[in-house]
Amino acid sequence: MSGRSHFNFWRLMGAALMLVAVAATVLRFGGSLGASTNLSDQFPWGIWIGFDVLCGVGLAAGGFTLAATVHIFHLKRFEPIVRPAILTAFLGYGLVCLALLFDLGRPWNVWHPLVMWNPHSVMFEVGWCVTLYTTVLALEFLPLVLERFRLERARLMLRRIMIPIVILGVILSTLHQSSLGTLFLIMPQKMNALWYTPMLPILFYVSAIATGLAMTIFESWHSARAFARQLEFPLVQKLSRVLAVMIAVYLAMRFMDMSARRAWTMMDQPGTERWLFGVEIVLMAVPMLLLFREQTRKSPQAIYLCAVMYLLGFVTNRLNVGITSLERSSGVQYIPKWSEVAITLGLVAAGFAIFRVAAHHLPVFEEEVPPLPPAAWEAEASDAYSIQSGQ
Amino acid sequence: MAKAILYDSTICIGCRQCEEACAAGKNLVYDEKIAAEERLSERKLTTIRTYGERFSRKLCMHCQEPSCVSVCPVAALEKTKLGPVVYHEDRCMGCRYCMVACPFQVPVYEWNSRIPRMRKCDLCADKLVQGAVTRCSEICPVTATITGDRSEMIAEARRRLVEKPAEYYPEIYGVNEAGGTSVFILSAVPFNQIGYNTQIPKSSMPQFTWAVLQHIPQVVVVGTVLMGGIYWITSRREDVAREEGRQ
Ligand code: SF4
Ligand code: SF4
Repeated sequence: MSGRSHFNFWRLMGAALMLVAVAATVLRFGGSLGASTNLSDQFPWGIWIGFDVLCGVGLAAGGFTLAATVHIFHLKRFEPIVRPAILTAFLGYGLVCLALLFDLGRPWNVWHPLVMWNPHSVMFEVGWCVTLYTTVLALEFLPLVLERFRLERARLMLRRIMIPIVILGVILSTLHQSSLGTLFLIMPQKMNALWYTPMLPILFYVSAIATGLAMTIFESWHSARAFARQLEFPLVQKLSRVLAVMIAVYLAMRFMDMSARRAWTMMDQPGTERWLFGVEIVLMAVPMLLLFREQTRKSPQAIYLCAVMYLLGFVTNRLNVGITSLERSSGVQYIPKWSEVAITLGLVAAGFAIFRVAAHHLPVFEEEVPPLPPAAWEAEASDAYSIQSGQ
Repeated sequence: MAKAILYDSTICIGCRQCEEACAAGKNLVYDEKIAAEERLSERKLTTIRTYGERFSRKLCMHCQEPSCVSVCPVAALEKTKLGPVVYHEDRCMGCRYCMVACPFQVPVYEWNSRIPRMRKCDLCADKLVQGAVTRCSEICPVTATITGDRSEMIAEARRRLVEKPAEYYPEIYGVNEAGGTSVFILSAVPFNQIGYNTQIPKSSMPQFTWAVLQHIPQVVVVGTVLMGGIYWITSRREDVAREEGRQ
């Protein structure tokens, strides 16, 4: 019974968040960016870029990581995770695009990069990749819908072109996950040296892969509680090992780069930067160390907590790159307005809600059933017909 | 022939007539309150700043290789042959990357508008094409701001440094900053003492991005071949395993 009320509490919370977000939306589109944000000429990018876009895209990285693992590397034992990961990614990108519409001063021109080219612009490249990749995700997600509605012929056709689609998805993800780091390369003098490095693209890429894995663990845990469906525990254990290794790779690269640039001296500078840097590193290093211990990997709860800790570290990192690192040189202090926070939280709540609905109605946590051979279509079709007419 | 501005802060008397002429040219309201705001904003595309006895002027530097032009995803910004970096409002989608990227913190935004524009000085491109000088140069009563051919402006600045070495700090701001600009500034004291950022790299800024972006074709080609190859190898392995299982 307590499980039930817990469930209702979160539903209520979600609904409340979305309501406040609606109020903020009115402020944004009924008014202006000035009315709905604390952005200024000195600080033109806030949490809608720092969190909604930078973190959103990273948190959706599980889609390409797992699609590659299963379909390209043929590690079939991970098959049951692919679908939830793709659903999350699809939702994630949808929400990122939505958030972008809030942030753009002229959202009705959002399609301009598709026709007005500037190949020298990183943002142009990101725009193209995200558009194409969202399409790829839709195609990767489509089989679930087709399976649900028993559209066997379409499923079979889609299956034939799935491998090129998956490869395209991996390439596009590689490009834009890293490009989100490249965005910041043009301002070496504005960014704090704790975060500015020519390595940003590679660091963004590696941490995105780790985030994809952590998100998969996170989802598995939550779906276990909500739907009593979850991944087999040995699989989660395997994932948690890979996660630990990816974090280790990331931190090793990060530390070597810091040493090469002699950026550790920045830690002597007073201010909040070094503390936020510390938070970010600790939130990544601690789960890594814990996950290397067998003891931790025996408990589903411990693995879940480690994944959450890493995810918080990841979010801190992106916010640090997008906001903290630029604050000092801008000469102003940016604290998001309530409406900025409301939109962000509202989008997150919407993400959870849509995931829940989709997971309820689509075969998300089930293994893919191979499509029926053409000979069986007719029988299948009349079957579906009789079900419909029976209703 | 590319044009440029030479602003000599040692002559400037802080009369703010350049501000006023600029506002008039851009149809902006200009009054005493706005005059007292010593920073760029949607109300003011150039400003005089007071540092004790000294004045310094801020405006878009019209970089030779502008960050803003390089980062704009929709090519709403353009470096023209005559020197000005101009803005095409109808292309802009309002991402504000230009503002984030500009090393001189020049672009400003119409935060309170429903159809907001990015705003910045355009070096009076309309005047320059007619062969005239900028509005600020035209009005300046003491010729602290002058407009002319870019090479001639650099030569003139050098001449002043040589002729009156005692009156100048021996550098021209804008010759090397961000790989060179179309606005040159002279000062009696080190530039950072009168509000100019001296931390800006002395090389072209877009190169920092291009160093990475240029590798995209390689990533695409090598990535595709690699993925395809791995797929082929691992699925071969599966086939072999299946075959063996059958026997
Ligand atoms: S000063 Fe800034 S806005 Fe002006 S051309 Fe250079 S980068 Fe662009
Ligand atoms: S705000 Fe407009 S002009 Fe500036 S980079 Fe974005 S699209 Fe280009």
